[in-house]
Amino acid sequence: MLRYILKRLLHGLITVWFIATATFIAMHAVPGDPLSGEKAMTPEIRRNLEAKYGLDKPVVDQYRIFLVNMAKGDFGISYTQQNREVNDIIREGFPVSATLGILAIVFAALGGVLLGALTATYRNRLPDVVIMFLVILGISVPSFVFAALGQLALVKINAWSGFTLFPVAGWGTVMHMVVPSLVLGLGTMAYLTRLMRSSMLEVTNTDYVRTARSKGLPPARIFLKHQLRNAILPVVTVLGPAIAAITTGGFVVELVFAIPGLGRYFVQAVQQLDYTVIMGTTVFYGAFLVLMVIIVDIVYGLIDPRVRLKA
Amino acid sequence: MTDATLSAAGFEPVHVDRQVQKLTRPSLSYWQDAWRRLKANRRAFISLYIVIGLLLFTVAGPWVWTVDPSTQDLDQVSKPPGSDRRAFIAEPYQPWEGLRATVPEGPASSAPPTNVKTVGTTTTQAVRLTWDPVAGAAGYRIYRNIYRPTPGGALGLPLGDVLTPDQVSFEDRLDLEPMTYYYAVLTLDRFGQALSAPASLEVKVVRVITPAQAVERKLVATEADAKVGDTLQLALHPFGTDYLGRDLLARLMTGARVSLLIGIFAPLFYVLLGIAYGSAAGFMGGKTDSALMRFADFVVALPFLLFMILFKIAFGIGPGESGIFPMLVALVLLSWPSTARLVRGQILQIREEGYIGASRLLGARTGYLVMRHMIPNTMGVILVTLTFAIPSAIFTEAFLSFIGMGVAPPTPSWGSMCNEGIRTMLTTPHELIFPAVLISITVLAFNLLGDGLRDAFDARMRSRE
Repeated sequence: MLRYILKRLLHGLITVWFIATATFIAMHAVPGDPLSGEKAMTPEIRRNLEAKYGLDKPVVDQYRIFLVNMAKGDFGISYTQQNREVNDIIREGFPVSATLGILAIVFAALGGVLLGALTATYRNRLPDVVIMFLVILGISVPSFVFAALGQLALVKINAWSGFTLFPVAGWGTVMHMVVPSLVLGLGTMAYLTRLMRSSMLEVTNTDYVRTARSKGLPPARIFLKHQLRNAILPVVTVLGPAIAAITTGGFVVELVFAIPGLGRYFVQAVQQLDYTVIMGTTVFYGAFLVLMVIIVDIVYGLIDPRVRLKA
Repeated sequence: MTDATLSAAGFEPVHVDRQVQKLTRPSLSYWQDAWRRLKANRRAFISLYIVIGLLLFTVAGPWVWTVDPSTQDLDQVSKPPGSDRRAFIAEPYQPWEGLRATVPEGPASSAPPTNVKTVGTTTTQAVRLTWDPVAGAAGYRIYRNIYRPTPGGALGLPLGDVLTPDQVSFEDRLDLEPMTYYYAVLTLDRFGQALSAPASLEVKVVRVITPAQAVERKLVATEADAKVGDTLQLALHPFGTDYLGRDLLARLMTGARVSLLIGIFAPLFYVLLGIAYGSAAGFMGGKTDSALMRFADFVVALPFLLFMILFKIAFGIGPGESGIFPMLVALVLLSWPSTARLVRGQILQIREEGYIGASRLLGARTGYLVMRHMIPNTMGVILVTLTFAIPSAIFTEAFLSFIGMGVAPPTPSWGSMCNEGIRTMLTTPHELIFPAVLISITVLAFNLLGDGLRDAFDARMRSRE
């Protein structure tokens, strides 16, 4: 077990190195350099700035310095926001994005499992038909449309009721978080519902469920102990990719609801070509996702005794 | 024991019907069978029609609806479909010197101006107001509102002040639209402070156009065809116009080209790349295989949307370029590993099948095996992957264009049209609704078609519903 975790972590580290290298190469392939595009500057100023950011060194040296600093957890200083560390920006934006993402994933997982189990139980009856229709809608409608509709609904509801329970935009209180995380989780929830439904239907036809039924166990117990626990496994496997989808989906939700998260900083940094911020955020996100996938795999091994975690 | 009589007849062989299994129907090939199953699936078949319809809309649409998507119709900006297009032909605008009146003597009054009325016809060229002078007033202030005024409510847009008491008229020429306005006039003291309550007036403005403008906008052939007082219809926009007065239908068609181009060609290219990579890995096996697949694992681990954006900046978009090509390349570079994995798995599986061994025993060469057995047997799975890859590519394009990282304006795409539409969502929702609905229908149709194809091609992959 420990060996497995260590091996996965090592592999994860190599992956992060690959992500960092790809980011470095992509950023250095950008036409022009970080200092061009700013207002015209004299050669002396330019030389000083290049020295400050280490741009005067050969590319190989820059790459080495980048890797060493990254290993120390230092992503450098922003190009456009003077003397602001990239770490600072991540420290400020990431908790917001993470809160939003965690709420969304909790909502998506709970909703997906419950709705999926419900549709499988009422197969081909009214609840199934209605929910599956909504699921198809949820898979086909882009997240920004949901975000826009959610905001529109909030505006109308607030105007109609005369007081603001859920604010239309912004961040700060719990009430700010509810609607954006619902919107963010919706697509993933639809996907998980579909997965849960087919997995639940499969489990219903297994021998152990038939045995449990023939033993005369109460249906609630069969449902909870035998069906739900087994049907949930495939849902856990896709949680890794789902987390990735939700963190990046957060970009749009953060833009529409004016939430000061990492996604919004990233989009801003790209618009201003703030190289260090772009590289730092990308590597950070990549490392986070790699870690999440590893955790999901380990958790999967823990809850499913059939899966042996082999080193 | 009875005596048995044996005769020669008892030793006749029993008649054997050589054709126990009679083929009563023509035999079906794999593809014919898949097609038959797809036809039985109504949902998938309707989706197929929708997909064909979308392709027609994209390819043939611009020939039927020949309006240029970049032409601005400044008479009709942000107009929803079905809005009033009537315009009266009028003389060109004539300057107006206004009206003057003698201010009555007497104590200063704080009553609102009386007898507020319009002068002449109220057109989109100008709205002319006049009122009776008020004793003691140092001037007048005029507001314009698009909502019916309520007591104590906002008066709307302050249009201007008249600071000479004997001037009792005001001419409004500010962006007039053919609709109902509510004007409010109030008196001012000599410090410019409001002296009275506002007197309001409801004014219906009609759209007018001069003969010269009608010719310029190609509504009539010559100025002689446009007689003053006649009505004519402005250019038709079946889906309305956007915030710059561009025809939404034409833009949706051009946008469909961009969205479907990326949505269809990017998956096509990366599925091909994935087939080549995956079958190479599957065939070579051993160390090459594991090295190739390890690299694919790394590419999968790259945060997809972040790298889409990174690659797009890395390729750079010059001025006047649409940014479609960089997006295609970035999508292909990042998306191939899933197909590669799938194809490799299929190849490894098929390699072990009995018929491959039999074929090899009979002396088949590798090339023949690939062409005759491997590719046809993986084709169904690949086609299904392709169908599911299309909606996700369309989603990616829409997502990137929505956050402003996709195709560069003025090239329209459904995603960027949504981005423009969301800003005016409250007042003119049609600018958001049309592209959003089109994206949703396209993605829905391809998803359902993919479900149907998967069910039709492979019984093992069939969803257990």
